[in-house]
Amino acid sequence: MDFNFTEEQDMVRDGLSRLVREQYDWETRRKAIASAAGWRPEIWAQLAELGILGMPFSEADGGFGGGAVDAMVIMEEFGKGLVVEPFVPTVVCAGGFLKHAGTAAQKEEHIGGIVSGERVFAFAFAEPRGRYDYADLETTAKKDGSGYVLNGHKAVVIGAPWASHLIVTARTGGERRDRSGVSVFVVAKDTAGITTRDYETVDGRRASEVYFENVSVPAEALIGAEGEGLALIELVTDEAIAALCAEACGAMKVAHAMTVEYSRQRKQFGVPIGKFQVLQHRMVDMYTAYETSVSLTYLATLRLGSDEVERKKAVSAAKVGVGQSARLIGQEAVQIHGGNGVTDEYAIGHYFKRLTIFDSEFGNVDHHLKRHVALA
Amino acid sequence: MNLEFSPEEQAFRDEVRAFIAESYPKHLADFGMREDMEREDFLAWHKILGKKGWSVPAWPVEYGGTGWTPTQRYIWSEENARASTVMPLPFGVSMVGPVIYTFGSEEQKAKHLPGIRSGEVWWCQGYSEPGAGSDLASLKTTAVRDGDHYIINGQKTWTTLAQHADWGFFLCRTDPTAKQQEGISFILIDMKTPGVEVKPIKLLDGGYEVNETWLTDVRVPVENLVGEENKGWTYAKFLLAHERSGIAGVARSKRGVEKLREIAANETAYGEPLIKDFDFAKKVSQLEIDLAALEITELRTLAGEQAGKGPGPESSILKIKGTEIQQRLTELTLEAVGTYGAPFHGGVSNDNSNEHPVGPDYSQYAAATYFNMRKTSIYGGSNEIQRNIITKMILGL
Repeated sequence: MDFNFTEEQDMVRDGLSRLVREQYDWETRRKAIASAAGWRPEIWAQLAELGILGMPFSEADGGFGGGAVDAMVIMEEFGKGLVVEPFVPTVVCAGGFLKHAGTAAQKEEHIGGIVSGERVFAFAFAEPRGRYDYADLETTAKKDGSGYVLNGHKAVVIGAPWASHLIVTARTGGERRDRSGVSVFVVAKDTAGITTRDYETVDGRRASEVYFENVSVPAEALIGAEGEGLALIELVTDEAIAALCAEACGAMKVAHAMTVEYSRQRKQFGVPIGKFQVLQHRMVDMYTAYETSVSLTYLATLRLGSDEVERKKAVSAAKVGVGQSARLIGQEAVQIHGGNGVTDEYAIGHYFKRLTIFDSEFGNVDHHLKRHVALA
Repeated sequence: MNLEFSPEEQAFRDEVRAFIAESYPKHLADFGMREDMEREDFLAWHKILGKKGWSVPAWPVEYGGTGWTPTQRYIWSEENARASTVMPLPFGVSMVGPVIYTFGSEEQKAKHLPGIRSGEVWWCQGYSEPGAGSDLASLKTTAVRDGDHYIINGQKTWTTLAQHADWGFFLCRTDPTAKQQEGISFILIDMKTPGVEVKPIKLLDGGYEVNETWLTDVRVPVENLVGEENKGWTYAKFLLAHERSGIAGVARSKRGVEKLREIAANETAYGEPLIKDFDFAKKVSQLEIDLAALEITELRTLAGEQAGKGPGPESSILKIKGTEIQQRLTELTLEAVGTYGAPFHGGVSNDNSNEHPVGPDYSQYAAATYFNMRKTSIYGGSNEIQRNIITKMILGL
């Protein structure tokens, strides 16, 4: 049992912390998310240069041989700066599918571009009527010669406006919510028949509704075995959840620190409001919620390689616990900031927004409590 | 970073498990409530561990500690919880022992540490007073110097299991003119000294776990002062931080959740096992999740301690979360037994009765334990006081 970070991990943290501090300051971020592009490709290029985008891939695949703990370190720093660039969709999700189930040709085709920053992915899995069930799919992939034809509508595909490629889940067989019959495809976003409607999300990112109308893809677009994609999706989304929990921890840490600092500055009744015990104890509860979230994030991250039941229990535990903490810390941070907490000008409200949307990503508290009960 | 046990740690677990299976007194397996226990029942395992050299694992090796790593100590507590052993009481082992080996004189170490290790000497804690609870530093018990003795007068309360105690460690005011925290001394008192009187307090569960301790003109030799006169508050705080770090009770709570699941599998609700009822199962899962978070938090704290940091203000988090979980566990257990939570098994109607009590065995102590465990968020510095400590020491407000 060991809770130490390696020297390399400490270096990655320091490097990213500096990048966020020096180049991702609040005003720069505000302008970037309001721009037409909505993100900063030059930051993405720097992440590639620093080796961040190649971190989780093996050296044989052209990466740097990192693991889940490295992703955790990276995501925590992103969370502190509310970084919007699509590390999770591209590196954790698309990277995860390719790493776990990609053929040699698929890895050859895509991983180099991810590592160099040239190829950006989005993960199109959610549907308007599917909620958090990855098997509840109306999107279909019908066999057509050696290839497939995709039809359907994918909802709130995070990072899709910036993506050159998509990972898409679709039903190749079975009934709507069957565990079998789910398949995973990799497609270029400019493939004929794909249209998107792009928009902003409330937490400063970009997303698309993605429509597939008779989109022909070759047999080589299939990742893993046809009809047996659900276990793979569950594995990759568990990895994504662990990464998002780390991001939430970073955001919670900053939200808490900002709140404590604000309570030192803000005076009412002639004293700093941080002198009031009723607020002190609430800030202590926020602190405790943050610390236990870090613990659950460690647990989920370190159990990603365990057997399926252990992994799912740990990941669901984290999504429940971190989700509850994210809600508590976000809401309390705004409350203690008073009127300033509900303005667009103060950063705290934007941390609150990110922490709010975190809950609905890859299943909310209720969903994961249900999954935990089912596995107990 | 990893959560795996090394082959050496696995071997250690096997060794510990085998030792417990072989050496733990059979008649003390799975004791329900400590109200039913005799003095020797409390001490039996402590004495066995003393002979083995395992009674004070966390102490420095030179004073009899085992030199175990935090992981080994974690394994040790898990295995004891698994076997539901009656562990050595904290008053000597985790409280006064560390104060004596850290601040005490060589004579005090030689006189007192062996008895704490072996389980021969029973210690109790004289901190709280009727007028000094959360505001402990307002305590009024006085120790007045008279030649080579202190004359001690005052009243302590909530003195846990003092009815069995041989010795007690007491906070007394030695300088009434100094600022509150600066006039307090840490004094060891032989409980057989004339003028020491222990009166039991009956608690909600029907038991007598705590006492009032009256001190009337108690003459105590000055060599029983620990460290410096008027520096007692520093030692008292040191002790409380030590007390808190063991207070989370993670391993016991994990065992408690397993028992709760067994009960809920046995109870029937709406024609099905209670554990199939989603509303109930959800509460058990939530408890398990919070316990998992606490467990990793405690392991992180232990790892920090190994890296040279003593138990710091982080131990207040463990105290708050650990006791909240213990309380929710007993609350859910009482909920799980349903209507058989109501019968009182310690009343006059049960006296001299040889009949088996009503209800399933696991329901016997559910209510009493729930009532008893309300103390946990109050003792050791109430959970509100813990929040004050975190406010000051961590948030810096």
